[in-house]
Amino acid sequence: MANITFIESNGNSTTVNLKDGWSLMQGATANGIDGIIGECGGSCACATCHCYVDEERLGDLPALTDGEMAMLESVTATRRSNSRLACQIKASAVLEGLIVHLPETQE
Amino acid sequence: MSADERMVIVGAGQAGLHIAEALRSLGYEGGIELLGEEFHPPYHRPPLSKSWLAGEMDATQLIMRAPDALLRKRISLRTGTKVRSIDRLHKQVCLVDGNTISYTGLALATGSSPRILSLPGVNSKSVLALRTLDDASSVAKALALCAKKRLPVVVIGGGFIGLEVAATARKYGLDVTVLEAAPRLLSRVLAPVLSDWYVALHESRGVQLVLGAQVVSIESNSDGYVRGVCLADGSSIEAGLVLSGIGVSANDQLAKEAGITCEGGILVDSCSRTNDPHIVAAGDCTARKWANGRIVRLESVQNATEQAKSAASALLGNERPFDATPWFWSDQYDKKLQMAGISLGADEWAVRGEMNANTSEAGFSVFHFSQGTLLAVDSVNAGKDHLLARKLLDSRVSPTVKQVTDLSFNLADLLR
Repeated sequence: MANITFIESNGNSTTVNLKDGWSLMQGATANGIDGIIGECGGSCACATCHCYVDEERLGDLPALTDGEMAMLESVTATRRSNSRLACQIKASAVLEGLIVHLPETQE
Repeated sequence: MSADERMVIVGAGQAGLHIAEALRSLGYEGGIELLGEEFHPPYHRPPLSKSWLAGEMDATQLIMRAPDALLRKRISLRTGTKVRSIDRLHKQVCLVDGNTISYTGLALATGSSPRILSLPGVNSKSVLALRTLDDASSVAKALALCAKKRLPVVVIGGGFIGLEVAATARKYGLDVTVLEAAPRLLSRVLAPVLSDWYVALHESRGVQLVLGAQVVSIESNSDGYVRGVCLADGSSIEAGLVLSGIGVSANDQLAKEAGITCEGGILVDSCSRTNDPHIVAAGDCTARKWANGRIVRLESVQNATEQAKSAASALLGNERPFDATPWFWSDQYDKKLQMAGISLGADEWAVRGEMNANTSEAGFSVFHFSQGTLLAVDSVNAGKDHLLARKLLDSRVSPTVKQVTDLSFNLADLLR
């Protein structure tokens, strides 16, 4: 389990408690957080769950796969060094307290 | 805007939900009624034959939106609600329970249904198709039972659903046979070179494939459960589960009965409009006439969401044509196929990378051309190629065969 804080582009902040194995995308959509769409349902195929992860915590995340790296090239909002796809990050105790900023747009 | 302004959406799947949300993001303030026949709130279907079926996620993880998120957007979701008919004259839908709901605009997002096998014995228990979450639950139970009793699985139909289930069943360690009536796999959507590659992939993972198979009947035990399938050549194959994946047909009955034009699906233009100015349609239930005159029915997440956005715009009187390159994906084992464009009608192909089903990490892409013009690109474990292909196709830029096969040539340079 991990408490994850999502901050939408308008400043709205929501902290959700995610079970192990849930992706950040599933956590956001299931908890009614706008700003993440997740069109493809987490198959790393659509790039509509783009998020910016707290820079200092990047090392706690699973490494970028080639597939995610490729999808990140087609995100609509500005891609930054801390850009990730929320569907590729699964909750576990290591992520406790993670802060995730959501972009202005996904499409 | 009058107080009783109301958009009614029939179907609460991928397309239906996205129509509702797009209406709100476009500033529509009237009522939105989202009517779903299933008892579940909108959920993601793609994982049903893949990670969900493999037991890698639970059903709550499939839910697309939390109920309070819909409430906040003032989208009224009614599950377990079946529409009996559309009364276009009075602009209302009639529900099976006898109630009516009037509409200012109506969106049809009724999806598709699996084609039913027409074979003796098809009603045996554990002869299943996979479309809905309830279907998938039945398939999961049958797979578990097969694992327990050490019974094999037979898949009828070598299309995406059938092959994805075959791959998942292999994860359970089950014996799997795939029966395909055509001389090759995925013949409706893939070029022969990729059909052959999928044969090699599945055979390397222990799946038995029978191409050109003619199933004549399904046999059951005295308890009503399936025992196996019989083929025209006199052979029979034991099965504890028969998964039927022989394609889907558009759910266009409601529209047809209401006199809306259908041609193998509810006929829409690129803006998702039907021949009734107050009615739009989106997703698997539609058929679209392309610029070249061909009528195409696409069954994909992209088609559902893009047509949904166009449909919402059309309901508000705006044109938002959807003409981007179609894309699609399928996960089997550790291979992710991503298709961009439609390769049908290609007269030449070229491979970028190395096509080898047994090399676990290496990716490759097959570029399809017609008279030198790029038509489609099918990528396997090559997400970068796929995205580039979508950009090339969207901007109608064709690489040469030499550029495709030369890995030292950067295809992205063609877009600069």
